[in-house]
Amino acid sequence: MNVLDITGVTKVYNPDTVPVHALRGVDLEVSAGEFTAIVGPSGSGKTTLLNLIGGLDRPTAGQIRINGIDLATLSANKLIDFRRDHIGFVFQSYNLIPVLTARENAEFVMLLQKRPRAEREARVTQLLREVGLEDRMDYRPTQLSGGQQQRVAVVRALAPRPRFILADEPTANLDSVSTANLLDIMARLNREEGVTFLFSTHDQRVIDRARRVVRLEDGQIVSDEVFDR
Amino acid sequence: MRTLVVLAWRNIWRNKRRTWITAASIFFAVLLSTLMVSIQKGAWDRMEESVVNYYFGYVQIHGRGYWEDRSIDRAFAETDSLRRLVEEIPGVETTVPRLESFALAAHGERTLGVMAVGIDPEREHAMTRLRERLVQGSYFEDDEEAVLVAEGMAERLDIQAGDTLVLLSQGYHGVNAAGKYVVKGLIHFGSPELNRLMVYLPLPVAQYFYGADGLITSIALKVTEKDDVPQILATLQQRLDTTRYEVMDWHQMMPELVEARAVDTAGNYLMLLILYLIVSFGIFGTILMMTAERTYEFGVLVAIGMRRLQLSVEVWLEVLFIALLGTLLGFLASFPLVYYFHRHPIDLSGSPEMAETYAQFGFEPVFPAAFEPMVFLGQAIVVFIITSVLALYPFWKIGRLQPVTAMRH
Repeated sequence: MNVLDITGVTKVYNPDTVPVHALRGVDLEVSAGEFTAIVGPSGSGKTTLLNLIGGLDRPTAGQIRINGIDLATLSANKLIDFRRDHIGFVFQSYNLIPVLTARENAEFVMLLQKRPRAEREARVTQLLREVGLEDRMDYRPTQLSGGQQQRVAVVRALAPRPRFILADEPTANLDSVSTANLLDIMARLNREEGVTFLFSTHDQRVIDRARRVVRLEDGQIVSDEVFDR
Repeated sequence: MRTLVVLAWRNIWRNKRRTWITAASIFFAVLLSTLMVSIQKGAWDRMEESVVNYYFGYVQIHGRGYWEDRSIDRAFAETDSLRRLVEEIPGVETTVPRLESFALAAHGERTLGVMAVGIDPEREHAMTRLRERLVQGSYFEDDEEAVLVAEGMAERLDIQAGDTLVLLSQGYHGVNAAGKYVVKGLIHFGSPELNRLMVYLPLPVAQYFYGADGLITSIALKVTEKDDVPQILATLQQRLDTTRYEVMDWHQMMPELVEARAVDTAGNYLMLLILYLIVSFGIFGTILMMTAERTYEFGVLVAIGMRRLQLSVEVWLEVLFIALLGTLLGFLASFPLVYYFHRHPIDLSGSPEMAETYAQFGFEPVFPAAFEPMVFLGQAIVVFIITSVLALYPFWKIGRLQPVTAMRH
């Protein structure tokens, strides 16, 4: 079953002044449990595509359906709630809330969902343990390394059990050890939790671990390969 | 909500220096405005108390039309039934009869226009504590041919207790009034005007002097609670024959005092407005910086599922916490200061020039601070309103925030 259906998506920035065609009629289907990388050079439209899938931006034309729901039919507030409940985000620069501890950051989205305290604690403790941060739970982001912060960000994205996780260049600021470590964790969570991962990246280390690689150039999909890994 | 409170509280300490600077501006505004309002209110309360409690009373009954022309010809008799009718009204503690008119007072070569008032010494003391305000000599013992003179007037006429004062006036229906009286004592009034004007005689002596046997010009009422005045006034107007009598509260008798206070208070509010305007710009600067430097973070929060309203409330709480911090510190500093000036009023009587200047405006040169919860609460409400209004900016800004654009910051 597809968690994501993209049909004829186009995105044009500055349509009235100097039009920039970021995406040109993209079609894409993603099934549950995929571990997919969207790759391509800078300016190819990777981040734009991820923003549109995440409901952070609206396409100029085309349709994006997540679990059968057309994002264009959702109001601004409904879209925020939809993101909160169905999509996990991992950003290039971690984007943890600096005044909250690792545990508080990890359970932040669940707090927004008003999940019971016991459920939050159990889930976050389990995930932080799985990513090897059980002894860093009460540390603030500034007391953690980049790799540790990104692991907290992954736990934050995963804790509310979203349909899939969108990760925009998640390893861009990490060294090779941290990258390998993070990829191991994400691959394991993908297998164990069954959550779909969709990356935008041009990091070969990520591409090498992806089971499907979608290549974008000039706003169009130029290749779509599946690997048995 | 708890999450928003925790977030807001921790966020304000991300930039400690900015928080303390903003809180300090609110602290000084609260301190200055509390002190200013307390002293202004205290000074006016004291003046009203001097005039109302020490002489006029909160309510008076006169013969119809008396207050307009102050003519002794509108005098009336205080019958037992009239006195009973008034004293039976709930909230009226006692009544004080007076026979008042203007006279010329002379001692030696000096003369002065005065208010010569006939009083029942015991009933007058029950309301205005007249006996306690003697600064020289002694109080009336019976209906003796003597006068009590206001201290300021005594100074102008250069008289002491034991001297003789001559009074000349026009009595009831044009009768010539003239008399020579021993000065029994000198009285101090808080109000500089009363301190210049007042001469007291026992009521029968004044009635004889004015040729108004058995008559009075006013009945002043001592009331238990100031707040009961409107009710008492309404009851009196129902029960009294309004074709013969008029009933007035102190606002009607002294509109100039009420107006002067209103004008002075308005001036004070203008000062406070300027003060708070300056503080508002300080707070607004903080809000501007807070929202500008955290646009990226706001974008991330909205992206991961925080509603714009939740985010706006969180930022509003941050501003509110800084304001509360400044206000609380302002209270902590102003409480002892205001209390000190409440117990030890600013006294300018040591400087005759200053004292004279204030006397011209009807003020005693002593300024106590009013120590009232409403003064402090008022400042807290003002700060809360300012904060809430200024917080509309982040509400507006966050309401228009697009996560993608914000995350490009």
